[in-house]
Amino acid sequence: MTTQTAAGAGRTGVVGYLTRTKKRGRIGTADVLTYIYLLVGIVLMFGPVIWILMSSFKTPAEVTKFPPRFLPYQQETAVVEGYDEPLPLFDVTLEDGSVARLAQVRRVGLEAQMIDPASPEEIIRVNINARQPVEEVKFSLDNYTEGMESFNFWRYFLNSVVVTFVATILTLLVNSMAAFSLSKYEYRGRNAIFLIILSTLMVPLSVILVPAFLLITQIGWNNNLLGVIVPGAATPTGVFLLRQYMLTIPDELIDSARIDGASEWRIYLQIVLPLARPALAVLAIFSVMWRWNDFLWPKIVLTQNQVFTLQVGLEAFQGDLQVQWNLILAMTVLTLLPITFVFGILQKYITTGIATTGMK
Amino acid sequence: MSSATVPHTHHVSVWRRVQKQLGAAFNAVLNFFIDLMDYIMHPLQRLVGIRGMGYVFVLPNLLIFGVFILLPMITNFFYTFTGGANLFLDQRPYVGAQNLERLFDCQNFLAPNTCREDLFARAVTNTALFVITQVALMIGISLLTALVLNRKIIARGFFRSVYFYPVLLSPIVVGLIWKWILQENGLLNALLVAFGGDKVGFLTDANWARFWVVMISVWSLMGFYTLILLAGLQSIPSDLYEAADIDGANVFQSFRSITLPLLMPTMLVVLILSLIRAVQVFDVVFAFTGGGPGSATIYIVQYIYNNGFASATKEYGLASAASLVMAGSLIVLTLAQLRLRGTNNVT
Repeated sequence: MTTQTAAGAGRTGVVGYLTRTKKRGRIGTADVLTYIYLLVGIVLMFGPVIWILMSSFKTPAEVTKFPPRFLPYQQETAVVEGYDEPLPLFDVTLEDGSVARLAQVRRVGLEAQMIDPASPEEIIRVNINARQPVEEVKFSLDNYTEGMESFNFWRYFLNSVVVTFVATILTLLVNSMAAFSLSKYEYRGRNAIFLIILSTLMVPLSVILVPAFLLITQIGWNNNLLGVIVPGAATPTGVFLLRQYMLTIPDELIDSARIDGASEWRIYLQIVLPLARPALAVLAIFSVMWRWNDFLWPKIVLTQNQVFTLQVGLEAFQGDLQVQWNLILAMTVLTLLPITFVFGILQKYITTGIATTGMK
Repeated sequence: MSSATVPHTHHVSVWRRVQKQLGAAFNAVLNFFIDLMDYIMHPLQRLVGIRGMGYVFVLPNLLIFGVFILLPMITNFFYTFTGGANLFLDQRPYVGAQNLERLFDCQNFLAPNTCREDLFARAVTNTALFVITQVALMIGISLLTALVLNRKIIARGFFRSVYFYPVLLSPIVVGLIWKWILQENGLLNALLVAFGGDKVGFLTDANWARFWVVMISVWSLMGFYTLILLAGLQSIPSDLYEAADIDGANVFQSFRSITLPLLMPTMLVVLILSLIRAVQVFDVVFAFTGGGPGSATIYIVQYIYNNGFASATKEYGLASAASLVMAGSLIVLTLAQLRLRGTNNVT
C-alpha cells in the first residue's frame, strides 16, 4: 500500500501522508488527499441532514416516489372555470404530434379526460402515456402545518427548554459546590466521597432503570418535569471536571479573602466560580447536550403527551402507525432546528471549549 | 463559520448597549441571590466553622447522588431476587436467584435459541459484537480524522465543527434520518439502482441492519472523539518531531515512537468513554430499527426496557437482573482498562 508520493522525499505511505507537514509553496499528493477526505467529510456529515430537509418539503406522492429526486417537485395546477378544485396540468402529445398544455379532469383506466384551460368546454380524451406532468420546484410547508396539528411542537419545545435550562443551572450549581468542597477543604471522608462519586462513572442511569422508576413513583414525580431534571443533576463527570480545574486555583487567593472577612459562600461564588468559568462553560455545553437529547429516562418518567419533551414527542409521533413519512420528516427537521441554530452561532466556542478544557 | 465580518457601526453600538443592559440586569439578579443565600449561609458557617462548610458544600450533590444513584443501585439487588409484576418492594415475593438463573438457562451458550430467555442471549451477543466493532471503528476513524485535522490545513476550526455537528443531533433524530435514507425506496437504494445495482433491504436484512447500526453510531459520535484526540495531538510539542527529523527518523518512525506513545493517555480516555457508551447503546437503535428485523438489533438496554417498561406484563425482576449483569460487565471492562493504564505507566 505504500506509494512514493511526488513531493515526499523519503516520506512514504499512509502514515507519512498523515503526519507530514506541508512544504511551503508546494501542493503534494498528500494535500490533495487531505482535502478530498475533508470534502467527503462535509458531504457525509451534512448530506443526510440536507437530504431530510429537502425531503420534508415534498408532497406525499413525491415522498414515496422511486427513485427520489433531490429537489421537492410539485405538479402545477390550474384553476379552471366550472371546476371547484384546481386541476393538475400535463404536457400532452396530441395525435398530430403537437404538444399542448392541458388540465386533467379525471382519469378512466388508460384514458385521461383533459381540457384546455383556455377553452374549458371541449373534453379531449388522450392515452395516459401521452401525457407528462408539468412540474415546478416548490418548497411547500404543508407537511409542517399538517404535522403540527398532532405533533404539539411548541409544547414539547417549551418542555425541552425548561428541562434543559433548569437541569443545567442545577447541574452547574450542585456540582461546582461539590467540586469546591472536594478541592479546597480538608475533612474526614473527603477522598472516600470523591472515589464513590467517581466510581459511578461506570454505573449510568440506564443500569438502574427499575429502582429509579420506583423512586420517582413514590415521590410522585411521574409526568412531572422534575422527575426528569433532578435525578441526573449530580453527575460524576461534572464533579471530576470542575474539581480538576479548581485544584489549579491557588489557595492563597482563598486564604486572603478569608482574612478580609469574606464568608465561605462569598468566596465560592465571587472568587472560585468566576475563576472556574472555562470549566463551567464546558460542563454547561455537556449538560445542554445531554439534556436536550436525552430520551430513555424522559420516556420512562413522562407518559402524558402534554409533558413530553421534543425527543419523546418525536419518537411517539413516528411510532404512530397512522402517521405518514412526509409528516415525520417535517417534524424531524423541526426537532433538529433549534440545536442546529445554536450550534451555528456557538460552534467555535463549543469545539474549542471542549478541546481545551474538557478533557484535561 | 463565524468569520470576522465587519458589522455596521450603528448595529455595534446598539448591540453593545443591549449587552450592557443585560449584563447589569443579570448582575443585579445574581447579587440579590448571593446576598439572599449569604443570609442563610453566614449563620450556618458560624455554626459549623470553616472546615464544616466543606460538608455543607458537598451535601446537595451527595443528597441527589445518594437518593437517585446509590439507593437505586442497592434496591436493584432487591428487585433481582424478587419476583412478580408489582413495582412496590413490600409486595414482591422472594424468589432467590431465579431471575439470574433464568437469564443464563442455556443448553449451549453460543446458540441463543437454546436459551430459555433467548432474547437476553441475543441481546448479549448483539451487544458484544456491537461494542467490539463499533469501538474499533470509532477509534480508527476518529484517529484518522484527528490526524488529518492536525495537518496544516485551511479552516481547521470549520472542519472540526463539521465533524462535530452530528454529535449534537439527538439519537432519535439520527435514527430517523438514517431510517429515511436506508429504507427500501430511500436515497442509498436509489444510488445503487442508478449505478446499475439492485435494491438491498438494508433494514430488513439482519446483518445489514446490524452493520448500519454500527455505522450510524460511529457517524453520530466520531466528532466528539476526534475532538479529544485532536486536542491530544496538538499538545505534543513540535520540537520532538524536529529533533527526530534531525536524527534522521522517517515519518513512520516518529509516528510510532512519538505520536503513538504520547497519545496513549488520550487514546485510553477515548477507549473508556466509547466503551461505556457503546455498552449502553439504545435510543438511536430504538428509533432506527426498533430492535428489528426480528431481534437482530436488540441490545441489553432495550431488553431491560422491554421487560421493565414496554411489555404488558412487567418483569421487573428480570429487568433488574439484566441491569445487574450489565453493571457488572461495565465495572469489569473499566477496571480492566484502568489496569491496562497502570501497566502502561510503568513501562
